[in-house]
Amino acid sequence: MTITTTHYLVLAAIIFCIGLAGVSIRKNALVMFMSVELMLNAASLTFVAYSKALDDVAGQVSVFFILVVAAGEVAVGLALMVAIFKRKHKTSPDEISNMAEAHRDKSVEGKSAGVANVS
Amino acid sequence: MSPDLLEYSYLMPAVPFVTAIFLLLFGKRLKPIVAGIIATLAMGSTFVMWAISFFALRSIEGEEIRRMASQGYTWMQIGNFSVDLRFMVDPLSIIMVGFITFVATLIHIYSIGYMKGDPRYSRFFAYLNLFAASMLVLVLGENLLVTFLGWEGVGLCSYLLISFWFHKPSAATAGKKAFITNRVGDVGFLLAMFLIVVTPSLGSLSYAHIQDRISAVPAVTATAIILLLFVGAMGKSAQFPLHIWLPDAMEGPTPVSALIHAATMVTAGVFLMLRMAPLIGVATPAASTTIAIVGVITALYAAICALAQNDIKRVLAYSTISQLGFTFLAIGVGAYSGAIFHVVTHAFFKALLFLGSGSVIHSMHKVGHEKHFDEQDMRFMGGLKKLMPITYATFIIGWLAIVGIFPFAGFWSKDEILGATYLKGGAIAYGLWAVGLLAAILTAFYMTRQVRMVFYGKARYGETENTPHESPKTMTIPLIILSVFAIVIGLINIPLKSREDFTKFLDPAIEGAENAKIATFDGAQGLILAGVSLVIAIIGIVIATIVYKTRPTDETDEPLKAIGPLLPLSLNAFYINSGISKLVSGPGTKFANWLAFTVDNKVIDGASSGLAQGVQESGVTIRKVQSGFVRRYVLYISIGTFLMLILALWGNAQ
Repeated sequence: MTITTTHYLVLAAIIFCIGLAGVSIRKNALVMFMSVELMLNAASLTFVAYSKALDDVAGQVSVFFILVVAAGEVAVGLALMVAIFKRKHKTSPDEISNMAEAHRDKSVEGKSAGVANVS
Repeated sequence: MSPDLLEYSYLMPAVPFVTAIFLLLFGKRLKPIVAGIIATLAMGSTFVMWAISFFALRSIEGEEIRRMASQGYTWMQIGNFSVDLRFMVDPLSIIMVGFITFVATLIHIYSIGYMKGDPRYSRFFAYLNLFAASMLVLVLGENLLVTFLGWEGVGLCSYLLISFWFHKPSAATAGKKAFITNRVGDVGFLLAMFLIVVTPSLGSLSYAHIQDRISAVPAVTATAIILLLFVGAMGKSAQFPLHIWLPDAMEGPTPVSALIHAATMVTAGVFLMLRMAPLIGVATPAASTTIAIVGVITALYAAICALAQNDIKRVLAYSTISQLGFTFLAIGVGAYSGAIFHVVTHAFFKALLFLGSGSVIHSMHKVGHEKHFDEQDMRFMGGLKKLMPITYATFIIGWLAIVGIFPFAGFWSKDEILGATYLKGGAIAYGLWAVGLLAAILTAFYMTRQVRMVFYGKARYGETENTPHESPKTMTIPLIILSVFAIVIGLINIPLKSREDFTKFLDPAIEGAENAKIATFDGAQGLILAGVSLVIAIIGIVIATIVYKTRPTDETDEPLKAIGPLLPLSLNAFYINSGISKLVSGPGTKFANWLAFTVDNKVIDGASSGLAQGVQESGVTIRKVQSGFVRRYVLYISIGTFLMLILALWGNAQ
């Protein structure tokens, strides 16, 4: 059995879906991060596969960019998570959603509505 | 003289304008008499410039249209449409400028005496100069917008000068009334300009341009433009029913009435129609018929109103309205040179009459103050003939001129208008002619009534130490000069084929108008028509003289009761003022309230605040999407991506 481009693409799609499911379902921020990396790798795999199939080196160059960006993203993301864990002792992003609208209490909402009315 | 001089024609409005600014800024520091002399010199210099321009224009030889634009610059440029701030001298504007500067100069001299002792003496002259500048901008404008600039300028000065004695509530109100009534007309003017700009075959406001393209204009468009401009002209030239401001405008000082509300500003409407005369030729006959009918209605209506007025100036005001009606009649029947001719002669004799009445008022001032009656009320005058010989003699000349007695100025011009109306032929023209004759006979009647009430009979103001006396020389000299012109000015256009210099000179300016052919008065028919006009005038004079010679010397006006039911109508000007007041205060106010509180508050404000509220409410709803659950965001992002992917693939498949 020869391994064709289709095989690579199917594999990439499976990895991508696993990553997407992981980001959507898991509560641990660290695991979500890993899932994101999986999705990025799936994209990289697609690039490489097409690069080979189309005999074009540009796809492989893109992969280098993805690797570099992913590394940078991990560095920043991990630093943020360490900082948040130090303050709150929590790792689930659901629990550190204090910048979201839904977690505001009623009085704050009423006040902001009042300001909007005046303007 | 070289025609190149006309490139500097912008100096004519510039000199009085600069003088006006100077007087407004520094007038209070000058001695009153100095301010008056400066203003008069400025006006005099514009008259000299006119004389130079006139000969420079005459020196343009040949068949080409005599027209010379001044230096200027592009005022605004929007795409292909541009407007120049530029002036233009042509036969029509040079005639207008001629009598404007001449009469204005005389009235400046007159005002030096008349306004003596007024605390705002220099201010008065500043306004007069500003007016003259605006009027010159109006007539010299190279395009409709420059004319409109002057048009609004004279409106402003008219307002300032009518309410010059603003401590009198009536004067302040009259000023506002004039201003507001003129706004109604200005709407027509503006709409006409908009229409010209959007008409593909015109597309420019320049007079020369319009005249060049005239043949390409559809008749309907031309009719609409002419009628809209006519609405503007009705406002400025006090045509029925927008005439209501002019009688009230007599609250202003008498020189103002003479200059602005008799000789110059009120002729702006006539000027505008004449400028646009080529368009009248293209328009359907409905346009010119409308103009003629409105003109003749105004002439008759104002003549009836003048019958019963007791205020010396109000008689003249209605008379002005009536005479302007005659000029519009002339425009309506295509006698364009007759119209401008009547404007010129009217400027001289009406200015003369107004200044004469001012002289009378001036002399009645003290006795009126002593006996507590209105110094302008003719019922308290009488017997001034011997006391004021110069004023009397000049007034008589003005009277003969306006009534139309051979060979005074009014005879020639009024006869030309009536004759041209008759010669146009057709039922409508004969009807117009008959009504015009009726207005002419009434003119003779009310003017004779005025002369007899003011100058003849016993003095009805009673015994007094402040006997009226002749006015100072600065007032009588302009009267004398004007009276000379009231006699001879008619000679510039004696209607014989051999002597048509005036019409020929004017012809290029109104060229292109199909019905611009001027009737000549050669032959028996012309003589008969002239005779009819003359006889009509004499009949009016004779009736009035007989009636008023025997009139009682008290303050009642017995003889007038003969006109019966017309009397209250005439006294109250057919209740048009009160009618308009009722209309404005009743349905008008209701409409305004509806507009303000229903349309503006609910619809217009509602639209904007509804928009704001909608944005706010949608914001409140949409921000709930930002829940703070990162995994939900991931879901949104994935769904969105898939949707876009599907769209992209679907789009490719199409």
